[in-house]
Amino acid sequence: MIRDHFRVLVVDLAKGRGTIANLEGRDAVAGGSGLAAMLFDRYGLPDQPWDDPAQPLIFTIGPLTGYFPLMSKTVCAFKSPYHDQYAESHAGGRSALSLRFADLDALVIRGKAPVPSCLSIGSRRLDLRDVHFLWGTDLLRTGKMLRRMYKGAGHRSIFRIGPAGENRSAMACINVDTYRHFGRLGSGAVMGAKNLKGIVILGDGSFPLPGGKEYSRLFAEVHRKMTDTDMMEKYHNLGTPINMAVLNGIRALPIQNLQKTTDSEIENISGETFARDTLLRNAACAGCPVGCIHIGYVRERFMGENRYLYRQVSYDHEPIFAAGAMLHVTNAFSVLALLDTVEKEGLDVMSAGVALAWATEALEKGIISPRETIVPLKFGDEAIYREAVHHLGAASNDFYRLLGQGTLKAAEHYGGADFACVLGQEMAGYATGEVFYISQALGLRHSHLDAGGYSYDQKDTPPDIEGAVQFLVDDERARVLLTSMVSCLFARGVYGNQVLSDCLRSVGYLNLADGIDSVSRHAQKLRWRTRLRTGFDPRTVTIPKRFLEVETWKGRTDSAYLHKLKDAYVDAILALARDGSEADR
Amino acid sequence: MKILTAPRMERCIGCHSCSLACARLVHKSLSWDLAGIRISSSGGLSTGFEARTCLACQPAPCAAVCPTNAYSQRKGGGVVVKKSLCIRCGECARACPVDAIFLDQTSEPFVCIHCGRCVSFCPHDCLEFTGARDGGGDTEEEEP
Repeated sequence: MIRDHFRVLVVDLAKGRGTIANLEGRDAVAGGSGLAAMLFDRYGLPDQPWDDPAQPLIFTIGPLTGYFPLMSKTVCAFKSPYHDQYAESHAGGRSALSLRFADLDALVIRGKAPVPSCLSIGSRRLDLRDVHFLWGTDLLRTGKMLRRMYKGAGHRSIFRIGPAGENRSAMACINVDTYRHFGRLGSGAVMGAKNLKGIVILGDGSFPLPGGKEYSRLFAEVHRKMTDTDMMEKYHNLGTPINMAVLNGIRALPIQNLQKTTDSEIENISGETFARDTLLRNAACAGCPVGCIHIGYVRERFMGENRYLYRQVSYDHEPIFAAGAMLHVTNAFSVLALLDTVEKEGLDVMSAGVALAWATEALEKGIISPRETIVPLKFGDEAIYREAVHHLGAASNDFYRLLGQGTLKAAEHYGGADFACVLGQEMAGYATGEVFYISQALGLRHSHLDAGGYSYDQKDTPPDIEGAVQFLVDDERARVLLTSMVSCLFARGVYGNQVLSDCLRSVGYLNLADGIDSVSRHAQKLRWRTRLRTGFDPRTVTIPKRFLEVETWKGRTDSAYLHKLKDAYVDAILALARDGSEADR
Repeated sequence: MKILTAPRMERCIGCHSCSLACARLVHKSLSWDLAGIRISSSGGLSTGFEARTCLACQPAPCAAVCPTNAYSQRKGGGVVVKKSLCIRCGECARACPVDAIFLDQTSEPFVCIHCGRCVSFCPHDCLEFTGARDGGGDTEEEEP
């Protein structure tokens, strides 16, 4: 629905009731990332802990969601259990279109349900149901049960958590429609703390489209660009795992807890190998014809006489990096088996893989003992890692409970911080150099997607502090505009500012169409201001020693450049937040 | 006359581009319900997708039960619906053996008009717009 305000459903889990809030601000923040920060400003408690029942769990979509191809993602915002500060995580699946057709620009969940519950909403529905019988149930089984309990197959989105979320692990994800995730920074624990096992969003509304031919013409043009050109080939052909061989080839793939950056065995878990041996099919987020989701399979012999079971598991570059390269598990089916276990526990795979890689090296070095790890962690031993993943999700002992709060938290207690591969949170799958390390360590989401630092590194430009920081600031601003619409970032090659402006105009957002530059600046500043208000001090961020020891095609990390770059980006972030405060007064 | 068939649904990735195109181009709506073709997962995403769309029955049971003659038999299979004659009774949807007719909140029916405009939006070529009964696929097996 095109409207100049936001229609927000605010649910109070303690009462099982909700309120529709019609809020101004469309022309200032657009939606998505900008709206999420605006809603946290309104409903969040910056000084209270993340698990205060009154803290909001926020889901937002954008002005173009559903109206154009790849406008198919949802922003989740919350106070994170990982650092007790403002955080954002993004996911696709059917989440965005379901919220659109539920006639909501945002869903804000406050309070704590009295018993483990499932929230169900739609354009004509609000219902909180007791699902105590699902508490403790693994994430995949939970999905099956919820599908049976609620109607709307195909036109709904189901969010759910596994045991990790119930146990308030800061690495707990929210699973979306089986194959997508609000992965990072512990949104799953926020649901767990709210006694919320699942959320079912029924997309049962429909809306009239603007008259005239311009919208249809523009839709066809954008759709053609998304499907006819080579621009999207890398996403639907081998998919993101194409990066495994590329990064391994330039000695920039983090392997075995970043002890090395290239290894001949990586060929066995390359995108090419996964596609050739394990790929069953592709899937797509609703509203996206690209179909970048790659689904492989796990086949397990569970009994003699050739009794097998199989399951389907989605894979991408980041999961393969974390469960494969980082743990030196170099068999594609073993990686998928590990991913399957991570899914069941409801853990973020990137965080879990990197944390277990640190734990393995810590065990090797004698910093921790089998008393802590319960199982003898060993690089390459997938079966042992599957047990360890279960212990991490279940928080089986003090060690795993602490590790689930973050690798550096465990390292602060046991030692071994030098080789903890943490850049704000557990690292993403790029060891490309200084700009990426700084981008993730200081980025608002601590994500490789905050800005293209990994790409900047690969351009082989000589050290240029001013140029690199300007790139990070500008690229982040461009991405914030996209995540305020909310577009998939894979579409960034198509959705330039002019195309976005044309799209907004064609559906009737005339002010937004004219003001996207100011929207992106405002949303960028608002997010930083929100992050800093909840306690983030970029000056305190440290880069563990392991990153200084990395060797890539460019040679060893330039420590002096890295630290100067960090200081300069810190200044830029503080300036952004400061300007934001002034502009909003 | 040509009819729409969905002979290759095992290729479907669940993007809903066909439904959205039908709603957008035929019914001038943003919707995945107000469409002549609707996609649902068949028991969770892991088991794939199915298309709810008119199988071009001849004779069409939905037309047979329509009490106001809003529905009439379409040459080549399927139906022609005159919305101005429809009294929103919903009998058509109940008569359809494959749940191909969607009723909105007012019981206005939405059914495939076999125009083929959705076909080009499918990225995996699941759909076909062919001469009646010569296109193979599931329509041949689904004669009422």
